[in-house]
Amino acid sequence: MQRFALFIISYIFWLLLTWSAEPGSIIAGLAVAGLTSVFFGRYFFQNAGKFIQPHRYYWLIIYLFIFTWECIKANFDVAYRVLHPRMPIKPGIVRVRLNLRSPFARTMLANSITMTPGTITVDIVGDNMYVHWIYIVSEDPVEYTREVSGRFENYIKKIFE
Amino acid sequence: MSDIISIVFIATGILFNLFGCIGLVRLPDVYNRLQSATKCVTLGTCSILLGVLIRFGLVSIGIKALVAIPLLFFSATVAAHALAKGAYRFGIKLGDGSIHDDYKDESPFNKTEE
Amino acid sequence: MLEILLYVQAGLCIFCLYRIIRGPTIADRMVGLDIFGILVVGICAILSILTGRMFILDIGIAWIILSFIGTLTLAKYLENKNLNE
Repeated sequence: MQRFALFIISYIFWLLLTWSAEPGSIIAGLAVAGLTSVFFGRYFFQNAGKFIQPHRYYWLIIYLFIFTWECIKANFDVAYRVLHPRMPIKPGIVRVRLNLRSPFARTMLANSITMTPGTITVDIVGDNMYVHWIYIVSEDPVEYTREVSGRFENYIKKIFE
Repeated sequence: MSDIISIVFIATGILFNLFGCIGLVRLPDVYNRLQSATKCVTLGTCSILLGVLIRFGLVSIGIKALVAIPLLFFSATVAAHALAKGAYRFGIKLGDGSIHDDYKDESPFNKTEE
Repeated sequence: MLEILLYVQAGLCIFCLYRIIRGPTIADRMVGLDIFGILVVGICAILSILTGRMFILDIGIAWIILSFIGTLTLAKYLENKNLNE
């Protein structure tokens, strides 16, 4: 099942990348996607049956909008810190508790945190995530967990878990 | 009309790239540089690729630019994680202004001294 | 107009070169190299509009993947070295 999901995804990727309806390219895409899924299928998601549940796509679209908005905000945040003459930074590494279980959801959360204002993921050990933060607003663990990952965790839980 | 919109997108992207590169030069230590550079340059390049998509419309090259956006996004963020982790394990300390470090207990480079 | 933007984008590489040459530690140089790779993708995208040739964007996509693999390899190398040894 997970090989089949990888096959579908890589075939769609091939079709988008070539964007031609010639039979030769379509057959070559079938061969390449088949080889990819045979060799690398075992590294892919553990349970690929989630792909056919439509409510996940609904949350995915909402999540994309929120994520784009956070990205743009992150850029203006960086621009403010960089162009300010005294550079208002107060950096440090904080520990954040994770509530997500599956590896793919954790990866997506780490990627989202990297693109949001002022934070970048350094490592995940067990259930703890270590986040480098450019401007630490408080020393309280509950406060900064909410600040760092609270914006995305619920959405990612609905989409990928 | 689409030419003007695409040029606006590309100019915005280059402006963000400029902010990211200024951060790369000005900020004090490697983790802060990684932050500013990864965020700004990734979104700036995504904006340039969107400009290409608007300029050509939904033909082969436009779709290629659209496919390159998630590819760039995933590769840039994962490379940033790997670089931050590698730099910490290599033994580069946080900069002078840093006020908090929870990762100290976990990094194996303190454990090897036992 | 697009030519000027291309020159500006190419000029941004000087910032990365400054970081690669001056960087106090090896990690700074690698950050500069990583960002340099992403800037080259932007140059490829602008060039593909300017010349109207589509294969230049293909070079950009390949460049994304190669730069990613290169950075990952260097980061893994760095992870297994230690400054205090």
